[in-house]
Amino acid sequence: MSTPVARSVPAAIRSVLARDRWALAGTVTVVVIGLVAIFADVLTAIEGHDPYTYDASALDPASGLPAGPFGGVSGEHWFGVEPLTGRDLFAIVVHGARTSFLIGLAATLVSIGLGVLIGAAAGYLGGWVDRVIVWSADVFLGFPYLVFMIALGAVVPVEFPRALLLIVVIGFFGWPSTARIVRAQVLTLKERNFVKAARTLGASPWEVFRTELLPNLWGPVLVMATLSVPGKVGLEAALSFLGVGVLPPTPSWGRSISAAIDWVAVDPAFLLFPGLALFGVTWGFNALGDGLRDALDPKWGRKP
Amino acid sequence: MISLRYAATRVGGMALVLLIVAFCTFVVFYLVPSDPALMACGKPCTPENLALAREFMGFDEPWWQQFLTFLGGIFTGRTFGSGATAIHCTAPCFGYSFRQNADVLDLIGDRLPVTVSLAVGAAVLWVVLGVGVGVFAALRKDSWFDRVALGASVIGVSAPVYLVGLLGILVLGFKLDVVPVGNYTPFSEDPVRWAWGLVLPWCVLAFAHAAHYVKLTRTQMIETMSEDFIRTARAKGVAERTVVGKHALRNVLLPVVTLTGLELGSLLGGAVITERVFSLPGLGNLLIEAVHGRDLPTLLGCTLFAGFLVVVANAVVDLSYGVLDPRARLT
Repeated sequence: MSTPVARSVPAAIRSVLARDRWALAGTVTVVVIGLVAIFADVLTAIEGHDPYTYDASALDPASGLPAGPFGGVSGEHWFGVEPLTGRDLFAIVVHGARTSFLIGLAATLVSIGLGVLIGAAAGYLGGWVDRVIVWSADVFLGFPYLVFMIALGAVVPVEFPRALLLIVVIGFFGWPSTARIVRAQVLTLKERNFVKAARTLGASPWEVFRTELLPNLWGPVLVMATLSVPGKVGLEAALSFLGVGVLPPTPSWGRSISAAIDWVAVDPAFLLFPGLALFGVTWGFNALGDGLRDALDPKWGRKP
Repeated sequence: MISLRYAATRVGGMALVLLIVAFCTFVVFYLVPSDPALMACGKPCTPENLALAREFMGFDEPWWQQFLTFLGGIFTGRTFGSGATAIHCTAPCFGYSFRQNADVLDLIGDRLPVTVSLAVGAAVLWVVLGVGVGVFAALRKDSWFDRVALGASVIGVSAPVYLVGLLGILVLGFKLDVVPVGNYTPFSEDPVRWAWGLVLPWCVLAFAHAAHYVKLTRTQMIETMSEDFIRTARAKGVAERTVVGKHALRNVLLPVVTLTGLELGSLLGGAVITERVFSLPGLGNLLIEAVHGRDLPTLLGCTLFAGFLVVVANAVVDLSYGVLDPRARLT
C-alpha cells in the first residue's frame, strides 16, 4: 500500500495544465463558459436582446419558424431565435449558462460538503457511527434517485424556489459516493503519527478533522468535486429536459433542448447551440478532472 | 455454497432497504401540499364531495395510518369505498390510480416489456462494444486505435443521452432516412419490426454507456496484463489468445459485471430520458405521464418499483461475484 504522492494542490494544478493538453483545453472551455455565465447581462446588453421578450418580427409568419437561414442566425440574433416565440437564442443560451453553473456548482458544494463531513466522521469515529453511515450510504445508493427527483419535481408546489429545490435535492443525493472515498482516506490517515499525536495531545475530533485531516483531503476532494460537477450540471439539464427542473421562463439548456425535439427536423440550429454549450461544460470539467486525478494521485479512484 | 443464514440476512436487508425507500417516498409525497382527492372530486367541488372522495381514497386517515394501509395492501389487497362503487385492488396491491382507473401494478406491467426491450438490448450492445474496444485498446496501448477509442469515450461520457439521441434522429432518421423514428412494435406482434424500431435507441443508449466500459476495461486490462500470473501463463507456453481471453479477461469482468448490474437495474426502473426522446411507451413514459397528471399513486408505485429493481440488481451483482471470483465466494 503506497501512500499518496505528497504534492501541494496548486502545484499539482499547475503541472497538469502545463503537461496535459486536454486538461488545459477543458479548463479553458470551463473558464470561458464560466465567464459567459458571470457576464451574461453584459453580453446580452451588447447584443441587444433579453431571453424573455417575444419577437414575432424575427419569425416567418406562415410557419412560426425563424426567418432566415440556419435558425435565423444574423448580426441581429447571433444564435438565431426560438421557433414560435422569436426569443433570442443567444440570450437564452448565455443566461442558461448562469442557471447551469449556479445549480451545478452549488449542488456539488452541498454534496461534497456533506460527503466529506459524513465520510470523515465514519472513518475517524468508527464503531457504530461508522456502521450506521456505511449502511445508510448503501441505502442511498440503492435509491432510485432520478425517478424520485422527477416525482418530487412534480409534487412540490410552484411557489417553492426551483433553483433551491434542485440544489438541495441534487446535492443531497450525491453524498454517499464522496463519503465512501473520504472514509477510506481517513481510515489510512487515522493511523499516521501526526494524527495519533494530535489525539494524544487531547484534540477533539472536530479539531483533528479541521487541522490534521482536512488539509490532507484537499487533493481527493478537489478531484471528486471537479468530476462530479458534470454529473450535477447534466442532472439539472435532464430534469429540466423532462419538464420537472427549473420553471419557465428561466432559461435552461435542458429545457431548450427538450423544446428542440419538436423542431429538430426543420430547425436543427435550435438544438445545436444549447446542446453544444451543455456538451462543452460537461466535457471541460471531465477533462480537467481526469487530468487532476492523474496528477494528484495515480492510484486514486481505481477500484479493486 | 451460500448458507441459509447469509441468504436470510441478505433478503432481510433488501426488505429493510425497500421499506425505507417506501417510507421516504410516502412521507415526501403525502406531506407535500398536493391533494389528489381535490383533483378527483370534479367541478364544482362541494366540501361534501371532497370529504367523500377523501374517504373513498383513504386520505381521511392520518398519514402514518395511510402508510400502514398501503403496506398492508401489498400483502392482502385493498378495497376502496364500499357497496356498488367499491374498487378492489388484488394483492399485491401497490396502489390504485384514480386518474387512469387502473391498478398501478397493471399499469407497470403494461409498460414493462418496452423498457425491458430497450434496456436489455442496449446493455448487451454496450457490454460487447465497451469491453471489446477496451481490451483491444489495452493490448495496443498508445496505438492510433487506443487514442481514437479514448477520445470517443471521453465524448461518450460527456454527451448527454438526449443530445446524442436527437442528433441520431436528425442525421440517421430524417436526413439519411435509414432507420425508423418513433414507433414501437411489440415483440409478440412482429419481432423483426420490434428490433428494427429499437435499433437507434439501442445504439444511442449503448454509445452513452459503453464509454465508461471502455475506460474501465482498458485500465483494468493494462494493469492485469502486467501481473505475474500472466507472465507465468505465457512462460508455460499458453497461447496468447487464451492468456487474454481466459486469464486476463476474467479479472476484467468483475468490475464490468458490477457496473452493468447496477446500471441495468436503474435503467429498468424507467429509461426516462431515452423513452422521452424516442417516444417509447415504457415505464419512464408512464412516470412522466403520472407527473403531468399529478397521479400520486402511480408516482409512488413507479418509485417503489424502481427501488425494487435497484435492490435486486445489487443482490444479483453480489451473488455473481461468487461465480466469477472464487476468492469472493460467500460463506
